[in-house]
Amino acid sequence: MSVLRTAAAASLVNPGSTVMPGSIHGPLLTPTPEPTFVTTNVDVYYATKQALKGVSLSIYRHEVTALIGPSGCGKSTYLRCLNRMNDTIDTCRVTGSLLLDGQDIYAREMDVVHLRARVGMVFQKPNPFPKSIYENVAYGPRIHGLASDRQYLDEIVFGSLEKAGLLSEVKDRLDQPGTSLSGGQQQRLCIARAIAVQPEVILMDEPCSALDPIATARIEELIDELRTNYTIVIVTHSMQQAARVSQRTGFFHLGVLVETDDTEKIFTNPRDKRTQDYITGRFG
Amino acid sequence: MVVWAVLLLILALAAVGYQLGKQRALAASSRSGQPLHSLPSYYGYYVALWCALPALALVTLWLVLEPRLVEALLVNALSAEQQSLSPAQLGLMLSDIRNLARGDVASQVADPMMLQAAAHYRHLLLVSRIALAVLGVALAIAGLTWARRKIVPRLRARNQVEAVIRGFLIASSTLAILTTVGIIFSLVFEAVRFFLRISPIDFLFGTEWSPQIALRAGQVAGSGLFGAIPLFVGTLLISFIALCVAMPVGLLSAIYMSEYAHRRVRAVIKPLLEILAGIPTVVYGFFAALTVAPFVRQTGEQVGLVISSESALAAGLVMGVMIIPFVSSLSDDVITAVPRAMREGSYGLGATQSETIMRVVIPAALPGIVGGFLLAASRAIGETMIVVMAAGLAANLTVNPLQAVTTVTVQIATLLVGDQEFDSSKTLAAFALGLVLFFVTLALNIIALRIVKAYREQYE
Repeated sequence: MSVLRTAAAASLVNPGSTVMPGSIHGPLLTPTPEPTFVTTNVDVYYATKQALKGVSLSIYRHEVTALIGPSGCGKSTYLRCLNRMNDTIDTCRVTGSLLLDGQDIYAREMDVVHLRARVGMVFQKPNPFPKSIYENVAYGPRIHGLASDRQYLDEIVFGSLEKAGLLSEVKDRLDQPGTSLSGGQQQRLCIARAIAVQPEVILMDEPCSALDPIATARIEELIDELRTNYTIVIVTHSMQQAARVSQRTGFFHLGVLVETDDTEKIFTNPRDKRTQDYITGRFG
Repeated sequence: MVVWAVLLLILALAAVGYQLGKQRALAASSRSGQPLHSLPSYYGYYVALWCALPALALVTLWLVLEPRLVEALLVNALSAEQQSLSPAQLGLMLSDIRNLARGDVASQVADPMMLQAAAHYRHLLLVSRIALAVLGVALAIAGLTWARRKIVPRLRARNQVEAVIRGFLIASSTLAILTTVGIIFSLVFEAVRFFLRISPIDFLFGTEWSPQIALRAGQVAGSGLFGAIPLFVGTLLISFIALCVAMPVGLLSAIYMSEYAHRRVRAVIKPLLEILAGIPTVVYGFFAALTVAPFVRQTGEQVGLVISSESALAAGLVMGVMIIPFVSSLSDDVITAVPRAMREGSYGLGATQSETIMRVVIPAALPGIVGGFLLAASRAIGETMIVVMAAGLAANLTVNPLQAVTTVTVQIATLLVGDQEFDSSKTLAAFALGLVLFFVTLALNIIALRIVKAYREQYE
């Protein structure tokens, strides 16, 4: 395991060979970042029902990419393709090209365990394990054999809690169950848990939809801080949230990626009529 | 006949009362312009209940008291000479009279005085039944009229009907509890009688079990030794072997069914496993005695072990198979109940399926799984048939699974089988053993239910 992990860390330093010249639709962003994910013509089927139709989207390093759109538009499905969480659904079938640093995610030789260690995930509803706060965060490092001794493990756990902005609130009760925390704290614990595996990308599936406005503001602040070290993809129903936290936004509608561009452009000057209708609240 | 007619009449009156009550409520409401407090049907039920309940209570009470009353009147009518008979003889004669009155005994053989008494008895009974019919129906009508008159729109009929329904439900559950309490008391009283003869210390800590005692003077038999330790040890030994079989097999098959098996496979396997719980224990018993025990002994011979033909091992193995479904079914339920979000959280961190199961799913389901284990254990401890057939009756104090042992339940069965005196130490010992067994399984069940409940609260 630890050998695999070192390989993962190395791939952080050595970016993939594929460098796409900016967004397919919009003009180049300045300065030009290189994409972490390049996905082309992604189709997803649940049994015979097609959930995504020809989605082509690039996700850039150290940016927050927001995926917006009405319920059932396929944005969560797309997100779950990026770490192959769709594999857990028997009837799900994915076609098209999905590259992470130039490596095909759905290639036979891609190890799902390895992939998910590089691409962490935070879910809609906080889902801490029924373990202590410490053990929740230590779970990932333990299964991947990241820490050789207790002291190093402590460092990872404390560091992750610190980065998730939770350390000061929980440092006196690390042995209490994760479920004893408030909803917002639980979600930050889940973020700390994801960070502890030292991923490159964090996927967030509506991370604030179960939280109150204050906890939401706290998470949004955290997302902005995390951007310096991680690439973040966030699915959200709140257009205000997308506008606040993201640099780039993709608008999905009925399984199609309608438009993707700088967040500012999407919200001030969308090119597609459907995007405009959605962000002005005419449907959705 | 009369009683059935009265009951039907009361129920018919109640049905009429329902209609009358409903109509009166509607009429009262429209006349006064006031809205009804409850739905019209509740006024109907209100009248019907007032009509039926007191009358039914009277009928029940009457039927309970009637035999004594009639008997007292009958004795009064008998001659002074007959009245001075001893209670036993008087009882015999009264039952003769009753039989005669019912026509069960050929009347030719009875003497005229008895025939006269029988006729008097029949007469008394008839009067009593007619009185019952008149009073019962009168009470029903009185209740109906009274309740109907009380109906005004403001009457809280719904609340009163609900109160009656609640009372009825409480009475039903009380009945079940009272039955249990009754069983416990009979166990306790008989056990106390036993402990008056044999000291509890000898019983609970004695190491010799040999309950054969002389039933009649001059019979050659032991004086009876009632040290129950060999039985407790035997019970624990067999239950332990059974759990050693059932816990791993049950838990692992539950994990396979809930985590790995395809939905269609699961739909087949789960009922198949549950069939194991539906096989009569007597079938397991002869399976253990005729198939498993010889097999165990032959296997032992081949490796040079001496295994008696009735062994704790054979009984324990078969009992283990029997309780597999208790473990697997409950564990499967609790494992399936672990939220999907929990698994996804683990997969999302790059855990494999087995890591997820071992480190997240099983710990989350653990209280429920332990609850399943405890229920299976209490089932194993209470099991009788398999042990009777496969483990033997010899009360050996041993923890060697290759020897014959006996259990608490087996001894209870053998103590009470056949013609027995019901006040000898031997039969009373069965109650003492039953009491111990009852407390052990009760404790196990309470602990198991507590744990399962604690688990449920975690996710709801």
